[in-house]
Amino acid sequence: MTTDVTKQENPMSTASAAPAPHHDVPTGHKPDAGRVAGGLFDPGQLVTSFPDAIRKLNPRVMVKSPVMFVVLVGSVATTLLACKDPGDWFGWAIAAWLWLTTIFANLAEAVAEGRGKAQADTLRKAKTDTVARRLGDSGEERVPGTELRIGDLVVCEAGDIIPGDGDVVEGVASVDESAITGESAPVIRESGGDRSAVTGGTKVLSDRIVIKITTKPGETFIDRMINLVEGAARQKTPNEIALNILLASLTIVFLIAVVTLKPFAVHAGADAQTSMIVLVALLVCLIPTTIGALLSAIGIAGMDRLVQRNVLAMSGRAVEAAGDVSTLLLDKTGTITLGNRQAAEFVPVKGTTAAEVADAAQLSSLADETPEGRSIVVLAKEKYGLRERHQGELAHAEWIAFTAQTRMSGVDVDGRKVRKGATASVIAWVKERGGRVADDADEIANDISEAGGTPLLVAAEDDKGVRVLGVIHLKDVVKEGMRERFDELRRMGIKTVMITGDNPLTARAIAEEAGVDDFLAEATPEDKMALIKREQAGGKLVAMTGDGTNDAPALAQADVGVAMNTGTSAAKEAGNMVDLDSNPTKLIEIVEIGKQLLITRGALTTFSIANDVAKYFAIIPAMFAIAHPGLDKLNIMGLASPESAILSAVIFNALVIVALVPLALRGVRYRPMSADRMLRRNLGIYGLGGLVAPFLGIKLIDLLLSLIPGVG
Amino acid sequence: MSPFLAGVLQMLALIAALALAYRPLGDHMARVYSSDRHLRVEKWIYKTIGANPDAEMRWPAYLRGVLAFSVVSVLFLYGLQRLQGALPGSLGFVSIDPDQAFNTAASFVSNTNWQSYYGEQAMGHVVQTGGLAVQNFVSAAVGIAVAVALVRGFARSRTGELGNFWADLVRGVVRILLPISVIGAIVLVACGAIQNFTGIHEVGQFMGGSQQWNGGAVASQEVIKELGTNGGGYFNANSAHPFENPNGFTNLFEIFLILLIPFSLTRTFGRMVGSLRQGYAILGTMATIWAGFVLLMWATEFAGHGPAFEAAGGAMEGKETRFGIGASSIFAVSTTLTSTGAVNSFHSSYTGLGGGITMLGMMLGEIAPGGVGSGLYGMLIMAIIAVFIAGLMVGRTPEYLGKKISTREIKLAACYILVTPALVLCFTAAAMALDTPVTSMTNSGAHGFSEVLYAYTSGANNNGSAFAGLNADTQWFNTTIGLAMLLGRFVPMVFVLALAGSLAEQTPVPRTAGTLRTEKPLFTGLLVGTIVIIAGLTYFPALALGPLAEGLAS
Repeated sequence: MTTDVTKQENPMSTASAAPAPHHDVPTGHKPDAGRVAGGLFDPGQLVTSFPDAIRKLNPRVMVKSPVMFVVLVGSVATTLLACKDPGDWFGWAIAAWLWLTTIFANLAEAVAEGRGKAQADTLRKAKTDTVARRLGDSGEERVPGTELRIGDLVVCEAGDIIPGDGDVVEGVASVDESAITGESAPVIRESGGDRSAVTGGTKVLSDRIVIKITTKPGETFIDRMINLVEGAARQKTPNEIALNILLASLTIVFLIAVVTLKPFAVHAGADAQTSMIVLVALLVCLIPTTIGALLSAIGIAGMDRLVQRNVLAMSGRAVEAAGDVSTLLLDKTGTITLGNRQAAEFVPVKGTTAAEVADAAQLSSLADETPEGRSIVVLAKEKYGLRERHQGELAHAEWIAFTAQTRMSGVDVDGRKVRKGATASVIAWVKERGGRVADDADEIANDISEAGGTPLLVAAEDDKGVRVLGVIHLKDVVKEGMRERFDELRRMGIKTVMITGDNPLTARAIAEEAGVDDFLAEATPEDKMALIKREQAGGKLVAMTGDGTNDAPALAQADVGVAMNTGTSAAKEAGNMVDLDSNPTKLIEIVEIGKQLLITRGALTTFSIANDVAKYFAIIPAMFAIAHPGLDKLNIMGLASPESAILSAVIFNALVIVALVPLALRGVRYRPMSADRMLRRNLGIYGLGGLVAPFLGIKLIDLLLSLIPGVG
Repeated sequence: MSPFLAGVLQMLALIAALALAYRPLGDHMARVYSSDRHLRVEKWIYKTIGANPDAEMRWPAYLRGVLAFSVVSVLFLYGLQRLQGALPGSLGFVSIDPDQAFNTAASFVSNTNWQSYYGEQAMGHVVQTGGLAVQNFVSAAVGIAVAVALVRGFARSRTGELGNFWADLVRGVVRILLPISVIGAIVLVACGAIQNFTGIHEVGQFMGGSQQWNGGAVASQEVIKELGTNGGGYFNANSAHPFENPNGFTNLFEIFLILLIPFSLTRTFGRMVGSLRQGYAILGTMATIWAGFVLLMWATEFAGHGPAFEAAGGAMEGKETRFGIGASSIFAVSTTLTSTGAVNSFHSSYTGLGGGITMLGMMLGEIAPGGVGSGLYGMLIMAIIAVFIAGLMVGRTPEYLGKKISTREIKLAACYILVTPALVLCFTAAAMALDTPVTSMTNSGAHGFSEVLYAYTSGANNNGSAFAGLNADTQWFNTTIGLAMLLGRFVPMVFVLALAGSLAEQTPVPRTAGTLRTEKPLFTGLLVGTIVIIAGLTYFPALALGPLAEGLAS
């Protein structure tokens, strides 16, 4: 993309090549679009995922989560104990609820995975077995797509499904990529340049291309996508591993606390009240089951939220890194500004009026189909009420279309010649005809350049002679809402750096207008790389987007490198995320999703640990109030009986998992704010809430239980 | 003046004195451990022990230094006690039995100073002054050295080097502990504590009969006993003994000495990591817990019921009348919240809940403000745990002082917090489950259980105070408490030093608005909550059967 930028934004050239496709993709940016919204959660998913949850009871699977493995062992143990004394309803009730606790945990994971499965099925349809037309020494041969090797050349013509990932080495074709992007409009793929990458499973709509295969079968983009959305390729991320270690050590602490309690209780004369079943129940209540049960669901759901936004993260590590990003590198064009410069003002030279300039500018731009040309027509209409004239309206007019060589467009009509174009070209045209260039024309043009804009001269040859009429001020238009967005990012502690091929003067003007913290002007890929390394040397994590082959090293170096799907396969290989929408603004959302993932983990961990306080107040008096009547004072919830108190705590412990599944999948609500405010808010909700909620929940369950005869 | 008001005024005087000493001492200690200059006496010591004080050590080397020094210390102290009967200057005392000698050696080297012997009836001048008092200095200096190594881990980056253990050890003794001890001993002597090498005096009593009074270098040992958060008394009555702690002023002065270095180290920490405010946040956490515990203790001890309580104005049983409830409570809280273990009153005689407060103080892990050095590193480990959970809640992978808390760091921190609860609970459970140890209990029921729970809590947390009532001089208790003390001291040090090494290698993460502010009161509050909840959850069942059952019974 850097090359595009340099090419397009040479201030003296309006000869822009056709813009890279993503510049035309509406960014869909609304002031509120950045809020991380949750995916929908349908309670029906709990039912449909139930069989999967049962299947996950396999101990070899469960052992990956130490907390839940302890619950599984507890479930088996209590069941065996209940079998020994089949007449004891309490043992059965505890055993049943421990099994439910285990199943609920699996259910959370199954639901999270289930949401990816639907998407994977759609992708599988695209990955039907294709027949490739391979070019060999002896001409074309038909082989199954699975037999292709890296470096093979294959031919695809209209109607063919592309058999594997590769680069176009010959020809141009329109390709339907809806199978992976969901976008139905076809895209152009051509040999050379940054639009040569094609993805296996997509369909050629027209023309003929020769593709050089770059990926082994089974490792293609679509295969990786399927693995990703299904969670099959999911590995625990570093932070998840660290949290698991902390949870495991808490589990060990509580295991010790409960096991050693038995001899203490025997000495206190509470042997009968601390049966194995009661101790297992206490242990399960104390170990952090809530977060243990939901931890993997949170991770899967985080990836899923990215998928819902059409972003594929190649590793969970990248999603975590996104939350930590402290420097965002944003390309100017397409991300901060609209894809093209637009006419902002008509400045007349002495002796003419702005309206005259507008009229001439509009006339001369009718034959200019570049976005800049269109914007001149639009400005003339909006500001000076000049109705757009159509080329057909003016008889005998001779239209001079814009070309990269002349860098001018215009019209010859009724003996009047009007031209507009790059300053040098227009001055040359005027002088060639013996005309006069107004003294202030140069001055105005320079002023515009210095302000970061691009001047275009408007000249005419008519009965008044050949002369310059005025200057059109083209400028970059900063997308609406970007300044607010950057302010938010600053409050989140993220520095934004605008990358542009513009000269420093222009870059500074746009940077100030957009409100970014810093800019890198006249950026070459090497500059970009150096900037990333410099930031990283200072301990910062850097995120960037890119699509060109020359972006690949920087994408690989960045901690979060988001490749545009329209980009080259080199860029897609180098990045750790791919944005199927090819919308560079999405980087901001990716950061928010990363943060949200971490916040959800922290919030549920806090909640889980805070919950234990209430459980002690339920279970300790239940166990020991007979041996030490004074301890009944700890029964501040006034629970009906020891059995109902312990059972209520166990039931609460199980139900809270199900209750929090939607939160785990949706993620904790995230709004950009300072770390301090965020901590205060989340501590209030999940810390204090975690302390208070179980008191209410356990009491409520106990009230219901005490209605059952024989329990209360 | 009401006893309560007296307590409040003493508390205020204590806080004022600590506040005055905080800056100069904290800054002095930061200079001591950052300086590259060696004193002449230090150079001489380095030459004698063959150490190069300028060689930077990575964490394994630093740890080897700590362990090698401590092993030698244990062996030396064990040998000294076993040979006491043959040594001159032993006041005629015999050699100590193997199990008790092991226990005592482990106790003084681990900075615990649990005493299963009666000082005045077992230990002569050589062991007291040449063995125990020496360990009072060096075991404290080892603690500070390990804390400083951890602080360097935070302060340094892109290196694994943590400084030089021998230099840190020697400087801690020569430049910090010795000078303060000299001044402190003079103050104590001036106020009536004894300092001599005389023998045992036979003294007649007013009511007839006679009593034996030992002489000894008491004041000098008393000062380092408090300053180094050691706690091993010259006499069995410890700081309740008038020769150790003659009056109200010396009592307050001794509490001041106990708290002086642990609190001031937070300033040293702030200085060395380049942000005094980070030090204040840690200080705030320690001070909040300490002051909170004093208030709780006053609440339980002043508000007793029954005629004896009312007559005495509170729970006076086991407390010295010359100190009263207010100052005794401050002493009890300070000694159990630091790993000191000196006592001026008998924790066993506190109200049920009051006894529970002394136990909970130790169970927090001796971190508020904790032992010299060990309090700071223990607190920093808790800060890492708190940052890990809270850091996630601000949407970043956790970092503390610019260092990432990732898998390796959390693994080491998690191992650290496992050690003492495992030791306390497992040893207590074993003692309760076996037949013999239980016979050492003087009381039955909840109070008897508290005696055993207190013993292992005190040992594993390197506190050293006893609940009284438990006959700990048995082979079982000497051995198991000895093991608890050694494991409770040195296993966590392994994790702390490994953590320091891992932190020192990192590249620091720059602060942004998205960084968790660990120097703000909000974080202090969070840290207090984390400490109380984690310790509370771990020990609640055990406490319920001991002090809570007793305290809530009435």
